[in-house]
Amino acid sequence: MIRLERVIKIYTDGTEAVREVSLEVGKGELCVLLGPSGCGKTTTMKMINRLISATSGKIYIDGMDNTSIDENELRRNIGYAIQDLGLFPHMTVGDNIGTVPALKGWPKAKRRKRAKELLELLRMDPDGFIDKYPRELSGGQRQRVGVARALGGDPPILLMDEPFGAIDPITRVGLQNEFLKIQQELHKTVIFVTHDIYEAIKMGDRIALMKGGRLVQYAPPADLLYRPKDEFVAGFVGADRGLKGLQLIRTKEVMWRSPPTAKPEEEVKAGRERMERQGIDWLAVIDDEGRFTGWVVSSNLERGQKVKEIMSTSAIVATRNAVLSEALSLMLTSGLNVLAIVDRHNRLEGVLTFQAIQEALREAAEEVTV
Amino acid sequence: MLAGWIVDHLWISLVAIGIGAILGVTTGIFIAGKGRERTAEVVLYFAEIMMTVPSLALFGLLMLLLSRMGLSAIGFLPAVITLIAYGQLPILRNTCTAIRHVDPAIIEAGRGMGMNERQLLFKIKLPLALPVIMAGLRNAMVLIIGIAAIAALIGAGGLGVPIFRGLRNARMDLIIIGGVSVSVLALLVDGLMALLERWITPKGLKG
Repeated sequence: MIRLERVIKIYTDGTEAVREVSLEVGKGELCVLLGPSGCGKTTTMKMINRLISATSGKIYIDGMDNTSIDENELRRNIGYAIQDLGLFPHMTVGDNIGTVPALKGWPKAKRRKRAKELLELLRMDPDGFIDKYPRELSGGQRQRVGVARALGGDPPILLMDEPFGAIDPITRVGLQNEFLKIQQELHKTVIFVTHDIYEAIKMGDRIALMKGGRLVQYAPPADLLYRPKDEFVAGFVGADRGLKGLQLIRTKEVMWRSPPTAKPEEEVKAGRERMERQGIDWLAVIDDEGRFTGWVVSSNLERGQKVKEIMSTSAIVATRNAVLSEALSLMLTSGLNVLAIVDRHNRLEGVLTFQAIQEALREAAEEVTV
Repeated sequence: MLAGWIVDHLWISLVAIGIGAILGVTTGIFIAGKGRERTAEVVLYFAEIMMTVPSLALFGLLMLLLSRMGLSAIGFLPAVITLIAYGQLPILRNTCTAIRHVDPAIIEAGRGMGMNERQLLFKIKLPLALPVIMAGLRNAMVLIIGIAAIAALIGAGGLGVPIFRGLRNARMDLIIIGGVSVSVLALLVDGLMALLERWITPKGLKG
């Protein structure tokens, strides 16, 4: 889909920003360009849509040399998302998203429909937001609009330059998860620039780690973590690769899918038997619609007759697509060694236990090292 | 009589600001372009010099020039030309600065989505620069209405007529009528342009 062949960029002042980078990104893959600032990752990305021209080397898109395509035509078919600074402040959210469709000459009604679809996709109320202006949005909302705008013309390729950069960590994690979910549906070929190793490990199918304009290692995240090519990679990945490995695994891969549960109206006695049989010290409490409402823990069993009398309600939950590091952090907040995994309607899908996290990590490390 | 002077005065000023705006804004956009920093400096320098030349001297120079060219050396034409020249500095300076100061990240976003230079100018740069350009036009307008009083000296009419007549005949009342009218007119037009400025400022930029 995208192929870089010995691409070099030397600026007129003699700075060698990119030195002979070759890499290939397959269709539907998410490739992260990672590295410290000044490593050439953004320059590399901008050469793909020719915002920066390569000094030498070739870049092929779908087998076509990108310099053989009209630059504006090329850019209209490559989505481009940058930090929230890039939204047009004098245009409404709808017009921002409709930028590329407008350039492609779509009629107004079709542009508006497309903008609404994309707002919906990014979980923003279409009617509430389409006529708002960027300054009326929060940082996270602006970032979503930025992504929606990049998707505006339904391009097969997306270039994203630290698209979730300027926002608080919690909103950031949420946006990352949503983007990954969208990506599972849309299968865009994505080039994603970041300097954040955690983000890279979580988002990337492959990571291209760069340093001083050179590509140091281009590999799937697990390889980068557990089989670093040299000292630099090992240093960049850091000593806490165990913790970073938590970014690689999603809760759905390790959660307990049909965990033991209890209903609020149930007798405590029945619950206690279930716990003993499974050898656990907790039960997830769900209502008649299967929605998660709280926990019964063994230390409270003596306090009443019915489950609802002794249960502790809890709102701390995660979704099946959350990565283990996020789940672990939620688990620590809740003070329990279990975490409820729910769907969009708060229905219990499974339970993640601390033990499961430990086992998953051990397996991941073994798999790569053998 | 007063009404006639006011109409003349307004007419000269409006024609001057109209032509001056077109000239100044297009030149301002041109010199704001990439790689034209040097040109911009020279053009702005000239506009500054223009403002330092006493208006009377400028009228005189123009009379010579226009009569050489076989055009009417007195009246409307030289008056309007002088006023256009005086109004250029604020228009040029504001247009050029406003366009240069549009956030480069926003421009790059536009370019990255496939806008050509013309689309970047009309869809991004100009709308974002509009409030500052308008402020420059207001500035020029007030300036022009003030200086237009001197146009009476070369037979272009306007509120300068009662002022100079009062000066020659020691008629304080005429001087005051003319002077106050010029001020009131300037304030009124400034107010109207402020309204216009609010009205054409893109909604997303109003804070």
